[in-house]
Amino acid sequence: MSTKGFAIGVALSAFVAAAPAAAQETPVGKAIYDKWCAECHGEDGAGDGSAAAYMLPQPRDFTTGLYQIRTTPSGELPTDDDILRMIDEGMPGSAMPGWKEYLSDTERNDLVQYLKTFSPFFEDEAPSPVEYGGPPGVNEEGLAEGKEFYDKIECWKCHGQAGRGDGPSAPTLEDDWELPIRATDLTEGWNFNGGHTTEAIFARLMTGLNGAPMPSFADLIDAEFMTEEQLWRVAQYVKSLSPETPEVREVVRAALVETLPTSVDDPAWDAIERFYIPLVGQIIVEPRWFAPTVDGVWAQAAHDAQRVALRLTWNDPSESPNPEWEEWRQRVVSVMEPSVEATDELLSDALTVQFPTTIPEGMKRPYFLMGAQDEPVYLLSWNSGGGATEALGRGMNAIEPIGGASTLTTESTFDDGQWRLYLSRDLITESADRLAIETGRPIPMAIFAWDGSNGESGTQGAISTWYFLYLDQPTENITYAFPVVAVLLTAVLGLVIIARAQRATGGGGPEPGSD
Amino acid sequence: MNFSLRQILALVVVSGISIATACGGGGEPTDDGADGDAPAAAGPVVSPDSAAMITGTVSFEGTAPAAEPIDMSEEPTCAEKHPDGAMRQLVMVAGGGLANVYVYVKSGLGDRSFPTPSAPVTLDQDGCEYMPHVLAIQVGQSLEIKNSDGILHNINTQPTVNRGFNISQPVVMETSREFSQPEVMIPVKCDVHGWMEAFIGVQAHPYAGVSGADGSFSLADLPPGEYEIEAWHELYGTQSQTVTVGVKETAEVSFTFSSDMAGNHVPLGEPLVLR
Repeated sequence: MSTKGFAIGVALSAFVAAAPAAAQETPVGKAIYDKWCAECHGEDGAGDGSAAAYMLPQPRDFTTGLYQIRTTPSGELPTDDDILRMIDEGMPGSAMPGWKEYLSDTERNDLVQYLKTFSPFFEDEAPSPVEYGGPPGVNEEGLAEGKEFYDKIECWKCHGQAGRGDGPSAPTLEDDWELPIRATDLTEGWNFNGGHTTEAIFARLMTGLNGAPMPSFADLIDAEFMTEEQLWRVAQYVKSLSPETPEVREVVRAALVETLPTSVDDPAWDAIERFYIPLVGQIIVEPRWFAPTVDGVWAQAAHDAQRVALRLTWNDPSESPNPEWEEWRQRVVSVMEPSVEATDELLSDALTVQFPTTIPEGMKRPYFLMGAQDEPVYLLSWNSGGGATEALGRGMNAIEPIGGASTLTTESTFDDGQWRLYLSRDLITESADRLAIETGRPIPMAIFAWDGSNGESGTQGAISTWYFLYLDQPTENITYAFPVVAVLLTAVLGLVIIARAQRATGGGGPEPGSD
Repeated sequence: MNFSLRQILALVVVSGISIATACGGGGEPTDDGADGDAPAAAGPVVSPDSAAMITGTVSFEGTAPAAEPIDMSEEPTCAEKHPDGAMRQLVMVAGGGLANVYVYVKSGLGDRSFPTPSAPVTLDQDGCEYMPHVLAIQVGQSLEIKNSDGILHNINTQPTVNRGFNISQPVVMETSREFSQPEVMIPVKCDVHGWMEAFIGVQAHPYAGVSGADGSFSLADLPPGEYEIEAWHELYGTQSQTVTVGVKETAEVSFTFSSDMAGNHVPLGEPLVLR
């Protein structure tokens, strides 16, 4: 093709960008792909770029024409719009970012056409989206019916009774490339590939996720086992499982309370604000970990001026150590660490809360990966196999328990794919190694979490960056007096003014009780 | 050998059905191929006066791998259907014959085309197992997927040449699908029950079948000619032979698989060629 021909081709492709087009290699599409996509998806689109080995889920192999997020029937090719949406929005549960803001319309549309050249299937098939109506209105009965069908069509087999991806089949799942794949945690809608609107969830139920174990449920409507409206109810129910998208805030506030929650499921926790702390794989210190299970922890804190209590809640489909997840662990380790022989030892789940040993002045904080030799950190380390201890960290591989009497109490519980951990200790202790917790000062805090059934321990786990724990200051008794005095003064002043006003008008005002 | 009489019986029945169905379109007088309502435009039907046949046996040498128990404790409905405990055995040997070998005419039919059989081929899910384990079907022929268990199965086909599908069957129900391209072989799995696996061979012609419990197979109603016959096993790969049959002749072909062949390449679809 001549240069002129190319130019016309580019102009044309820009012109008809919205219409379904034949797969074509344009200089723009190829250039964009080679620059931004090839490192993960591979030069030939086979999902085998140089960065692919560090990922789970791994980058899509475009040669198969299998795309997860589509509007077309199970197994079919995606429409151009489907591919464009995946490029625009990214795939939230994976390393794939959204590109809408970084590439122009022409660039992204050319990229769609270029991706199609990787699979011969695009040569002759013109898929069309599945047709269906809109959702019924949301109401309580509808959600109950959705839950009923969630049970009947056995969504729970993979996604679990509470939707946390912990169903009995979850440990055995693999994708079309025989890689371990998680049953999606339906309570974390913000991680859904394809979005978490009710419409998006319904589309996933109708079309399935090609290449993944998630099947299409459309045949159940054809077979008159359920109506389209009932499938919408399932979508609405799934949507209701993640009522909020967490907002990440820097400061975890510990409210001052009269009675401190004393256990992990103390109802008092319901009234205490929750703060979401996102976690990512630890990829700084070797051996690194690119496939962490825990992607966030909800932190709650309270104190009564004597003791502080923390409740940490996180989703993990497996209560470890757990023989039922052994096969999963072996598979994950063989993919992520092909050179390492997985141990036969069953691993526990663990969570560590990290603080400095003293509250720093200003913004200074110790090294966030469990401190350093000359600047240790204070750790509250919990392990599903052995309770919680206080420890000092001088680096990820140099952690030692703190001796002497501890005021730390702990309780943990696991149900339906969720851990809840209670930690409480005195604010002030006699030990110099144990952080003196003061009110009214931001205290740096970070979190580490490990899923033993995912092969995680030591440096291989999930970490957060530094956040702050802030304990509300107790109010001095004198402070309580001010409002009372102010109210009294105002009242007295008011009476004086009224009396004067009445006198000035010659006592013309109505007397109390006169009418 | 440690399969029960029940298992062997089931296999005999199932393999018999699958061969009969797969070969049904070939023009046997009583079958659809020669029926008045068969689409005549689909191509020449072999005349009963000249129809040839290839029969044979697939034998096995060596030691079959030990059967592995399947833990069905999560699925009482299925566990109940296996009172002696469910076992996974990919190498089914009886009297020296190897079952579940897909045997088909790989080449020699030229550009003949064949009518699509109107009778469907059934893939049943019963006791959390696929019945049959290996099946032959023709391009465009209806695959009836049946759930006899009434618990959630998903049918996840993973072809390379065809477009696949992954559909859910949470109750007793039937669903039909078809394949548009010849392919050897299409794996089928159930993600809910990781042990469930089946293989589907698709041809544009009716000359394909699956060896029975005794290892026997037959490809009936062939036009006389020279054919390459291939035999496929899920653990031991493929082997092929060339055979010539004349008018109304029956030719014998024997294949032997051995335990030494474990590790052979097992074709699953043709590799996709990138432009």
